[in-house]
Amino acid sequence: MQPKTGERPSLWPGLLGIAGVAVYLIVFLMIESQVGVAVLLVGGAAAVVLAARFGALERMRTSFAGREGSMDIAVPAAVLALVLVFHQDHFTLLLVATVMIFMTASLGLTVQFGFAGVLNFAGAAFLGIGCYTAAVLTKNTGLSHLLVILAGGVMAALIGGLLLYPVLRTRGHYSAVITIAFTLLFKTFLEVNDALGGPQGLRVDGLNLFGWAFNDNIALTETVELSFYTNYVLASLVLVCLGFAFLRRLDRSWIGLNMDAVRLDETASACFGYNISRWQITAFTVGNFLIGMAGALYAMMLGFIAPTNFTFGDSLILVSIVLLGGIGNPWGIAVATTIVIVLPEKLQMIQEYRFLLYAAMVILILLFRPRGLLPRPLRAYFPGWQPK
Amino acid sequence: MDVGLFGQYVMNGLMLGMMYALVAVGFTLFFGVLDVINFAHGDSLMVGAFTGLATYLGLRELGVVWPAVQVPVVLAAATAAMAVAGALIARYLVLPLKSAPALNTLLITLMLGTVLRESIRLFYPAGANPKPFPALLPAGAVELGNFSLRADNMLMLSAGLVVIVAVHLVINRTKLGLAIRAVAQDEETARTMGIDFTRIVLVTFAIGSALAAFAGIMNGLYYNEINFGIGLLLGVIGFSSAIIGGLGNIYGAIIGGFLFAALQTIGAVALPFASAYKDVFAFAVVILIMAIRPTGLLSEKVSERV
Repeated sequence: MQPKTGERPSLWPGLLGIAGVAVYLIVFLMIESQVGVAVLLVGGAAAVVLAARFGALERMRTSFAGREGSMDIAVPAAVLALVLVFHQDHFTLLLVATVMIFMTASLGLTVQFGFAGVLNFAGAAFLGIGCYTAAVLTKNTGLSHLLVILAGGVMAALIGGLLLYPVLRTRGHYSAVITIAFTLLFKTFLEVNDALGGPQGLRVDGLNLFGWAFNDNIALTETVELSFYTNYVLASLVLVCLGFAFLRRLDRSWIGLNMDAVRLDETASACFGYNISRWQITAFTVGNFLIGMAGALYAMMLGFIAPTNFTFGDSLILVSIVLLGGIGNPWGIAVATTIVIVLPEKLQMIQEYRFLLYAAMVILILLFRPRGLLPRPLRAYFPGWQPK
Repeated sequence: MDVGLFGQYVMNGLMLGMMYALVAVGFTLFFGVLDVINFAHGDSLMVGAFTGLATYLGLRELGVVWPAVQVPVVLAAATAAMAVAGALIARYLVLPLKSAPALNTLLITLMLGTVLRESIRLFYPAGANPKPFPALLPAGAVELGNFSLRADNMLMLSAGLVVIVAVHLVINRTKLGLAIRAVAQDEETARTMGIDFTRIVLVTFAIGSALAAFAGIMNGLYYNEINFGIGLLLGVIGFSSAIIGGLGNIYGAIIGGFLFAALQTIGAVALPFASAYKDVFAFAVVILIMAIRPTGLLSEKVSERV
């Protein structure tokens, strides 16, 4: 039964916001000069501050919350517009696809950190499991690549299953050490294992779905040709949309409610008869599955993977994305991933300093805005529902 | 296996164990007073080692070339610098987050570790490359059959032992140690008894970080080389050691440190497959131990009040 929502909030603030962000991103990605990038960054920050000051952000938020269906179409449409603009630019499209793949992986971490409160400092390791599964399967079997992506997720979930028992038995700091030890163990294992390419890594075949080779440029007409990365942008867009829809369903279901209870107070929820282990297992497995799928697609897009892609530092980057966005809020993840992935690529002068800057940024956020850029709002079961 | 080779492995294991134990004691001290994990601890060790190296180079510039002067000055500079750094970390990063979720403290110190690591890599002259660490200790050795007992290793082992005994005495025999133990047991009661909580926390962080700097110098002297990345692995190993020993228990941390070194040595020597897997083996066993004893070997007593 749909509760009375009164007047539905206007569509325009949300659409204008999306359009504004899209135009901003297009200009940002197009511009080459470092001065231009710096000016745009300052301009963007100022625009956000001004928008917050005059209540425009608040109106956008209501619009997003109230007209979910329209926004769910508008945002991917904006991404497609971005792709059209850059249809021949390999590098930019690769960047866009990378952002969406990392978004998917961070959505997985959100289920673990944000919903059930299971600490996972092995995000990069599970991403790596997905990558190496894809590498091995594409090389040695003729399995359909759609299944390879699924297999990446399944492998990550299964290997994560090995960690379940110690993760569930331990609490707090004790459980953090298990995933950290696993990350180090995983990278060392890859480096010394010659069957998996050792420190040199492995080549991965490109994605090929039912005869549609993703590594070929798309020739629309004789003269217009789309970069082959367009394929990967589309694939990762589909993946991130599925992940997003799944996360939202999960959030609004009784499962999400149970996970929240388990995260907020284990003792109290145990007293009310919640099965704590069940929800922690579910969250850990589902999260790793998402991360693994993202990894499989990532490997096929990159075409080459090596152990240095999956270090503890990379796990920390994934965790900082989740934290920066606001733990548990998928829109926050979208914003945070874009910032964390795109910024160092565009600002060549900070490329060398990026780990330093991320770390400093997270420290400042923890000290001054511990709930992240876009804190998780109260759960809304119906679009536009307002508590009376 | 012949006795000489066996002796070498035991010696190597003991040296590693001493370093791990020193790091683990720091972790367990911090956890005792504040219930936090300072993940920047390993990187404090690394910065300590670099401070020592810089001090050595400075001394050489000044024309001081006698090891009898160099060693104490290098040690003093490194431990003092890290003690101050430790107190600053506690004051400005850890204490402000005291009432925040544990995850936030974990993250802020992890990120501080990254900041330290990257700063050394970027701002220390040619910091991205491994740096040779000078051999400051006498190089003689006693031959026992085909096993040579090196004087510098013996010196380092005894120095480590002295430091551990000193920490034990400070914690158990002094008024400061009494205050640290009181704060670890119950913060509020300690406060009402007139103990300056903030000061004790700062002092504890200073002691722990100074221990890390000591371990860092040991690490440099033992391997004759340091690089900006040593802190990460040593930090995680120290943390794992403190955890398998049982957080908050100093003796547990020492046992954990030597246990981890033993695991690595066994992994390198006795396992059928390549010794390259020694870390994989050691961490896998740590995960296994945690599964069997979730709060460590000498576990703290836990009872949750609701």
